Amino acid sequence: MSSSSQSSSHGSVKSYVIGLILSLVLTIIPFGAVMLGLFSLPVNVGIIVVTAILQILVQLVMFMHLDFKTEEGWNMLSFVFTVSILALVVGGSLWIMQHLHLNMMIG
Amino acid sequence: MATETLHHDAHADEHEHHDAGATKVFGFWVYLMSDLVIFGSLFATYAVLMRGTAGGPTGADIFELPLILGGTFALLISSFTFGMGVLAMNANRVGQVKMWLAITFILGLGFLGMEVYEFHHFIHEGWGPDRSAFLSAFFTLVGTHGLHVLFGMIWILVMLVQLSTKGLNDVTRPRILCLSLFWHFLDIVWICVFSFVYLMGVL
Repeated sequence: MSSSSQSSSHGSVKSYVIGLILSLVLTIIPFGAVMLGLFSLPVNVGIIVVTAILQILVQLVMFMHLDFKTEEGWNMLSFVFTVSILALVVGGSLWIMQHLHLNMMIG
Repeated sequence: MATETLHHDAHADEHEHHDAGATKVFGFWVYLMSDLVIFGSLFATYAVLMRGTAGGPTGADIFELPLILGGTFALLISSFTFGMGVLAMNANRVGQVKMWLAITFILGLGFLGMEVYEFHHFIHEGWGPDRSAFLSAFFTLVGTHGLHVLFGMIWILVMLVQLSTKGLNDVTRPRILCLSLFWHFLDIVWICVFSFVYLMGVL
């Protein structure tokens, strides 16, 4: 039961410092790539998407301590469920509106 | 599952307060997931409307990345300082918890100041939410995040008062844990905002 009674209360100075450094580096990379304009458009998009996903993982794991153990996995399960719903909402909206846009010839 | 439950019951007395706190934190986590759906819907809205500039400015015309970078650093570092506050709480150091919360508040204020300056500048230039569908969606998405940060800062002030009057106990500890989740969650939303609204918008 020790895992659930300590939900979100573990972590150490070391893990927070590593999290901070990683998040700062993962912010400077995409901003630098875009502001200095060193790369082509597809490369820049790739850099932004990859660093954003890594940055979110750093926040979830290093700061929010999301794992498969706390609350017997219910934290993770509800998170995965929400992300699945969001994939449907965001992806579905873009898909439908893209087709509407093409069929109506607006804008 | 069955053995876990039995194990739980056997230690119910000694873990009573801890488990009540853990349940509160989990309940708050479920709220955060519903909040995530709100932000996801606003992101979808923005993605659909971002090309509807109605002859007005595009993101590339108006976004100032150095300003956004400054606000981003303030918010990222505030996530770290809040984490240090939680560590101080685990070590039962009330004074340090208050200090870290106060630093987090100041960094949050810096971020909010950046956003208010940006919004004021846009509206002053005639690029308000009434200008185009793109700007309506932009102000709704970024403004909703800013409002969350504002409420998080009010919550920090409330916790500073409660820490002074009640100290660290079974009531205030879960509240600080919930607030820490809220604060880190706002960081995650902001990562999506600066990546997909600002950086993609400037490309």
